[in-house]
Amino acid sequence: MKIKVFVTPKKNVLDPQGVAVGHALESLGLKGLRSARVGKVIELEVEGSDCPQLRAQLDKLCADLLSNPVIEDYHYEIAGV
Amino acid sequence: MNIAVLQFPGSNCDQDAFHLFASGLGLATRYVWHKETSLGQADLVVVPGGFSYGDYLRCGAIARFSPVMRALRAHAEGGGLVLGICNGFQILCEAGLLPGALIRNSSLEYRCMTCELAVGDAGPSFNTRTLGARVRLPIGHGEGNYRIDEEGMARLEERGQVILRYVDNPNGSLGDVAGIRSESGNVFGMMPHPDRAFERFHPSQDGLAVARAVLMAGSRVGTGAAS
Repeated sequence: MKIKVFVTPKKNVLDPQGVAVGHALESLGLKGLRSARVGKVIELEVEGSDCPQLRAQLDKLCADLLSNPVIEDYHYEIAGV
Repeated sequence: MNIAVLQFPGSNCDQDAFHLFASGLGLATRYVWHKETSLGQADLVVVPGGFSYGDYLRCGAIARFSPVMRALRAHAEGGGLVLGICNGFQILCEAGLLPGALIRNSSLEYRCMTCELAVGDAGPSFNTRTLGARVRLPIGHGEGNYRIDEEGMARLEERGQVILRYVDNPNGSLGDVAGIRSESGNVFGMMPHPDRAFERFHPSQDGLAVARAVLMAGSRVGTGAAS
């Protein structure tokens, strides 16, 4: 099974990287840009299948290690068997 | 007084911190490798600067799970003194021993310079009477931009937990925060380096007074019983 974890800066937290990337996109001609936010994707391959216990464990791992709840949000997608 | 300086893979200011306490202040100082599960006899534990675990994922995020961190948490919860410098401050925030988090500098630049810092009225040992209104300490970091939610910031201000503020903010930190202490008053974290400010050839010698102010906090929070 493949799990993709998306970690993004919280909406109300300044994202200096996103601001800089936004400026670069505008300088390359992108019009009407409202915001740019830079996060990260963590791809995992795990044996087993999707179940509530796995999701509970994933939530804990995301909150403890993969994201910092003070500054980041996370969500994940689970695909395949 | 016994000082323990933690070492993680990627710590690179461990020797500076050791030198500050051993040579600068003449105290019994030793290293504790991150795989250790005990700190031994320690009045102050220093979490030094560097790039623990290559700063992978987030600064301090992986160091937080090193075996020694369990002992560090018990030490802090028992009232023992802890000082996190630079990456050490980031690790203490990640571990939840200090509130808030440190993100990329708003300039996106690594900032390496000597900073003028306003001393906060932050407890019986760390204040303008013991340190004067300002100190000068070097910084060297890319992720020193302090962030915390509004309520958290209000709480820090209300309880006098901001120990140092940048006079000329180099990184975008909220409230110009350069360093804070825990509510309990025994855990200190700062981005500036007292460990790079005590020798004659350093840009300032204020690191000695700052380190002493941290040590003096020990006699106020009753570490004796815990260690």
